[in-house]
Amino acid sequence: MGIVEHRFQENILTTTLDYLVGWARKSALWPMTFGLACCAIEMMASGASRYDFDRFGIIFRATPRQSDVMIVAGTVTYKMAPVVRKVYDQMPEPRWVISMGSCSTAGGPFNTYSTLQGVDQVVPVDIYISGCPPRPEALMWGVLKLQEKIQQEKFLRA
Amino acid sequence: MTEENQAAETDQPEGDDGSDEVPPPADSSEETEASPEPSEGTGAFGEGEGDEAPPEEPPEDPLESLACVKAVRAFLGDEVEEVTSFTGGADEVSMTVPAGRVRALCAHLKAEHGFNYLSDLCGVHYPEREKPFEVVYQLFALNRSERLRLKVRLADGEAAPSVVEVWRTADWLEREAYDMFGIEFEGHPDLRRILLPEDWEGFPLRKDYPIRGDGFGLTWVERQIPSTSRPMTERK
Repeated sequence: MGIVEHRFQENILTTTLDYLVGWARKSALWPMTFGLACCAIEMMASGASRYDFDRFGIIFRATPRQSDVMIVAGTVTYKMAPVVRKVYDQMPEPRWVISMGSCSTAGGPFNTYSTLQGVDQVVPVDIYISGCPPRPEALMWGVLKLQEKIQQEKFLRA
Repeated sequence: MTEENQAAETDQPEGDDGSDEVPPPADSSEETEASPEPSEGTGAFGEGEGDEAPPEEPPEDPLESLACVKAVRAFLGDEVEEVTSFTGGADEVSMTVPAGRVRALCAHLKAEHGFNYLSDLCGVHYPEREKPFEVVYQLFALNRSERLRLKVRLADGEAAPSVVEVWRTADWLEREAYDMFGIEFEGHPDLRRILLPEDWEGFPLRKDYPIRGDGFGLTWVERQIPSTSRPMTERK
């Protein structure tokens, strides 16, 4: 330990590059702005001043080209599913998907001819949030879980 | 024509709440009670005169005395197939009419009887019937808040005449009935699916369509995803 101990000036931090990249990615998650049903109302409430997602570095973007996260908020119909996939395809990597609410997770109450039974049939999902619709706290919990997940992802290491 | 005109005249007092008719009664005290009189025929409140009235009323179906029912009868005569009321009340009357006459009837009701708004048009499937499909027209007279429901029964594959010429709003409503039930509308300017994808197969609100779908939806989605899209399994 004598090699590094007290060998640095003030204001010097040491960390791994993996950690640093994870920290950078998780601290500025920009979600794609789109909602499919009533979950989007809760998502909007989460972004507004009471819950204030800005403090996590979460800023909703109006284009998939600038987005890191897709929050699938609401019922995904078969007609909408290819559109969701197209939006996902347009997002640059690394990218993550949050499935918000029981509809996008598993079809919710709509086990019908017109509803996709889980958005994970179309895009890979990182975080599932239960609820119908989930309260903003639940969405916040999901986002924090996603941040934990991103922090653990490896950048340099195999 | 004379019959139609007559019907149009006779239904006016009832439709306008009889304001022209009321003055004649002698006592002013009775006049307040006389005002509901025009609606006496409209059914439930048939407690008019006392002893002599009851024997006389039963023969006539209260629904038949409604202005709108009379108007349709005057236009179609014996072609009216059925007159029913779900609650028994005057505001719930339904008339089943022959499919071939419905466009002419609707045009007549709009032009002569003030049914200027088609508040809804929908299909129904009754697989056990000989004529399994039904189209229901919900008419509304905006100036006097009066409703009338028309029904048309259709055999499988039989087309209903389009009423787009009468009410423009029927355009999308008929497209919805076509989309969900496969009921075709003759004379519709642009009859194609409105809610489901245009290349969808099947008509989901028919009773023989599986409620959870026949698996077409997912295969349709898979066909829409371009081959250039990276497969989900390739992800890190």
